[in-house]
Amino acid sequence: MNILVCITSVPDTTSKISFSDNDTKFVSAGITFIIGPYDDYALARAVELKEAAGSGNITVFHVGEADSEPVIRKALAIGADDAVRVNSVAKDGYFVADQIAAYAKTKSFDLILMGKESIDFNSGIVHGLVGELLGIPSISPVMKLNINGNEATMEKEIEGGKETLQASLPLVLGCQEPIAEWKIPSMRGIMSARTKPLQVIEPTSFSSGLEFEKYELPTPRTNCKMISDSQVEELVTLLKSEAKVI
Amino acid sequence: MSVLIFLETTDNQIKKSSLEALVYGRTIASRSGGSVTAVVAGNPSNLSEAASHGASSVMQISDSRFSQNDTQAFAEALSEAANQKSASLIVMAKSVFSDSIVPKLSSIWKAGAATNVVSLPESDANFSVKRSIFTGKAFEAMKLTSERKIVSIKKNAVAVSLAPAAGEVVAFQPSVSSKAFSIRTVSTEKATGEILLSDAEIVVSGGRGLKGPENWGLVTDLAKVLGAATGCSKPVSDLHWRPHHEHVGQTGIKVSPNLYIAIGISGAIQHVAGISSSKVIVAINKDPEAPIFKAATYGIVGDAFDVVPKLTQALRNSL
Ligand SMILES: Cc1cc2nc3c(=O)[nH]c(=O)nc-3n(C[C@H](O)[C@H](O)[C@H](O)COP(=O)(O)OP(=O)(O)OC[C@H]3O[C@@H](n4cnc5c(N)ncnc54)[C@H](O)[C@@H]3O)c2cc1C
Ligand SMILES: Nc1ncnc2c1ncn2[C@@H]1O[C@H](COP(=O)(O)O)[C@@H](O)[C@H]1O
Repeated sequence: MNILVCITSVPDTTSKISFSDNDTKFVSAGITFIIGPYDDYALARAVELKEAAGSGNITVFHVGEADSEPVIRKALAIGADDAVRVNSVAKDGYFVADQIAAYAKTKSFDLILMGKESIDFNSGIVHGLVGELLGIPSISPVMKLNINGNEATMEKEIEGGKETLQASLPLVLGCQEPIAEWKIPSMRGIMSARTKPLQVIEPTSFSSGLEFEKYELPTPRTNCKMISDSQVEELVTLLKSEAKVI
Repeated sequence: MSVLIFLETTDNQIKKSSLEALVYGRTIASRSGGSVTAVVAGNPSNLSEAASHGASSVMQISDSRFSQNDTQAFAEALSEAANQKSASLIVMAKSVFSDSIVPKLSSIWKAGAATNVVSLPESDANFSVKRSIFTGKAFEAMKLTSERKIVSIKKNAVAVSLAPAAGEVVAFQPSVSSKAFSIRTVSTEKATGEILLSDAEIVVSGGRGLKGPENWGLVTDLAKVLGAATGCSKPVSDLHWRPHHEHVGQTGIKVSPNLYIAIGISGAIQHVAGISSSKVIVAINKDPEAPIFKAATYGIVGDAFDVVPKLTQALRNSL
């Protein structure tokens, strides 16, 4: 089984976000970058599927500049066999989807796994766009995935519940927990990751219908009004007459 | 500009967030005198609300295969409906369902899409909208420059207001391709009669401070009095005290209710990211230093086992 896992390199979830240059640039100084949490679930499940099958190949795919190579190496340490990096800033979801589809067309993957959403850009559309570009079904958010021959059985989240689905490979899936547990790279994994192949390719040219203008931070909340624990009635009054939310 | 709005249903009801999408679309259409058409599948019991919120025409899909919620079929149907109405904008509420429709529709209908949008566009000509990014930690302004546009809006981004329109309901039988309905649904498990977390106006959420699943009555009793949905922090769902679909935060459900009540939740940055666009946040925590108080509008320092039953009772007496 050949699996392509698409990963983002995103600020660690504890990061404080800030911008510079008139709110047009993300400040990456002091930020630790990690594999996107949902992408990390996708990768973990890919490694499990390969182990269970006893054969196959996992390629990690990333659109980004050279500074994201540590994150790609981490994915290799977790268990991917090789990696491809498209040497360009990820302009938006359309651009990324185009790069993934262009590469996937040159290979034959049984599964293309992604996160259901990136935690920086949060567009949640890359898997769907890739499915369209390749003319194969895309499903998201997938919480369970089992493969039997050419058939996939999946559990998909729906609002207020879940659905069990079946479809034939190849498929593009957006993943989320509890599809697998995040994997911590072993010492051996880290050593072998250093020599696994990481191919750098140039982007296909592309123009989308989106134009970035600027960033903005939310206005901070004003100070929290404290209420004594012996006066919960006061909270009820405030919610009714001051905040008007009940 | 003529606008098409997709109305999503749950438990045979048009969702509140879809009515927000309708109001958003109506507001844009009214600037330039375009038409407002809504599309809905099935026969929701509150169908008349579409007209009272400004849809002059509702295209109703009765084809029972659409009850499977196949995203490909919906994307194809919406594209066809938009073409029939010469709409140049399709609006829908952001949801687990619409998240999968948007990219498919974008490709089929050849339109640029912006998801997670929290503001109206500057104007038809300068279609600049604000999106929520970094999981609620920031926004970005971005312009949609394509001829046709798709927008999915975040819950509570616009205030719902009535603007009754003629509201004729017309039957709509979309012609779907062989790609639609190719994914077989084996089974569906869905809580009915429960208030959807992502669509709720009020959410009561519990964290590890509640000590165990046996104490969840505190949360559910309070929620019941308020007509609220229930949520939890990530460790709580990891420990299987509560189902996974209740987990709120950066890696769970992002909520933006009018009122969010956090009980025994420390307020880790990953949790706060998922609730930061709530209008009002109430924190109940025994630790005065808990970071949740930095995110909250109102706070009570105290033992949840003591405070929450008192609060539930006070609300029962006054609502
Ligand atoms: C990559 C990543 C992603 C994550 N994503 C999420 C996410 O999406 N959502 C999320 O919630 N977390 C997420 N987390 C976990 C997050 O970092 C915190 O660990 C988690 O939110 C803490 O949950 P908690 O507040 O319930 O528990 P704790 O941090 O253990 O806090 C319990 C709180 O209860 C209070 N308390 C104890 N007893 C009482 C009492 N009797 N009465 C009142 N208060 C009491 C304590 O003072 C404390 O503040 C993520 C972590 C990582 C690493
Ligand atoms: N720059 C990127 N490189 C590789 N994969 C990406 C990139 N951006 C997004 N993806 C994948 O697409 C998924 C959805 O991203 P998004 O549509 O931005 O929310 C992510 O979880 C990744 O798996």
